[in-house]
Formats: sequence, C-alpha cells, structure tokens
Amino acid sequence: MNRVAVFRKEHFNAAHRLYNAAWDQATNDRVFGKCALPNYHGHNYELDVKVVGEPDERTGFVMDMKELSDLVQREVLERFDHRNLNLDTVEFKELNPTAENIAIVIYNLLRPHIAKELDLQIRLYETPRNFVEYPA
Amino acid sequence: MVYLTRVEHFNAAHKLYNPSWSVEKNEEVFGKCANENWHGHNYELYVTVKGSPDPETGFVFDVKRLSNIIREHVIEKVDHRNLNVDVEFMKGQLCSTENLAIAIWKELKAHLPKAVQLHCIKLYETPRIYVEYFGE
Repeated sequence: MNRVAVFRKEHFNAAHRLYNAAWDQATNDRVFGKCALPNYHGHNYELDVKVVGEPDERTGFVMDMKELSDLVQREVLERFDHRNLNLDTVEFKELNPTAENIAIVIYNLLRPHIAKELDLQIRLYETPRNFVEYPA
Repeated sequence: MVYLTRVEHFNAAHKLYNPSWSVEKNEEVFGKCANENWHGHNYELYVTVKGSPDPETGFVFDVKRLSNIIREHVIEKVDHRNLNVDVEFMKGQLCSTENLAIAIWKELKAHLPKAVQLHCIKLYETPRIYVEYFGE
C-alpha cells in the first residue's frame, strides 16, 4: 500500500450569522453571542481539500490536481464566494452556517465527483485560529 | 526612534456599492464585492506608533494601553458587525479597505494621548490583500 495524501488549498469569503430560528433572541444571544447580530458579519474562509489514495500507475497521480481545483471552484467557490451564506445559498436555508456545518456541506458537494476508492477530508478555517475537519 | 506595533483582529460583513450608480455600474466596477446581501472578511489590524523609549519605563507607549484604546474605539465598534450598516464612523463612506484604514486612523488619532505619534495603520482584508495609511 502506497497511500498518499494530496491537498488543494482554496479560499473564499462570505457573510453569515449564527441563529436558531426556533429560539428567541435572548437564547440566540446567549448561545451565539456576537455571531447572532442581525446585520451579519463575515470571514475569509480557507479551505484545504485532502484526497487520499494510491498513485495511479499510468499517471503517478492520486488525483489530477487541475481536475480537483476545477471541481472545488465549480462546486464550492461559485456557490459560496462573496455570498451571504444565510440568504444566498440553498444549502444553509434551514441549516446554521457554522464552520462544522459548512465543512459537512462541502464534503457532500465534492464526494460524488471524486473516485470511490479515494478518501476525502475537508479542513475549513473560519479564521486563522479556528478550524474544523470533516470527517473527523 | 522606535516603531511599536500592536496587532488586533476583527471580522465583519460589508459590500462595495456606490449608491449614486446603477446596479449594473456597481457590478461592473465592484464585481462580486457588490453582492447586495453582503460578504465578509477576517480583518487583521496593525497599529504602529513611534517615539523614543521613555527613560523611566523603557516603553515607547504602554502597549496594554494601546491595546485598550484600539479595542474600545475600533474593535468594539466593528467586530462581528456590518461595516455599511452598523458602524457610525463609516456612515456615508464607501467601505473599501482604503477608507476603513483612514477612518481607523482618525478614530485612534482622536483618542491617543497627544504625546504618542501614530505612524501607520496597516489593514489586511484577506491574507493576500492589505493597505497601509500613514496619515498623509
């Protein structure tokens, strides 16, 4: 087994707020603090897409990085870059756009387009100091 | 002469939009940054003051006091806010990084002790884009 991990880094920026519509404002303020403010705030998201598998015997590639880059561009950046995650995307109409949920959504957007024998993991930085990984 | 820098950070939503132009003209000039529902950034703020170290303390300026002034007069007003909607000192201005740096200079200049010379506001909008303002 010569399994190798390859990574593609991308970035996008977006506005969002954290808010549970089933709770009153006071509960939202208590749980989400400033992240629940009504007029949104925003982040520069840094996205690391990790693909793991054995290099193909003919190409030497785990996955063609240009193909991976185009895929992330099409499925993730065109959906989320310079958008308001709460207002402008179907994915977060009913789902709180926490870094955790954004990572899961990105995984689910990319997974169908990556060969089954390859493993996929998403690392998403919401700020330079806060980041999440999925699957854990 | 010693230059002393304090780094702070905040995140905020904004859009680039000139209300005296049509929607089409705004999209032509500002592209995705004109998205009506906002987008957002993690801003990194570098505040540099200059002076000679005080013979009794060895400090150009007490950096804890500098931090408190930046927090009270800038960070508290912009962090997790919408720059176009929520921030008094950006009212009526285009929310570019350039204008934000100038506005932060003015806010700090007004609240720093007269003996302290403000040298530079360096403001990162993304890890790859930043502006510097020297009060000129």
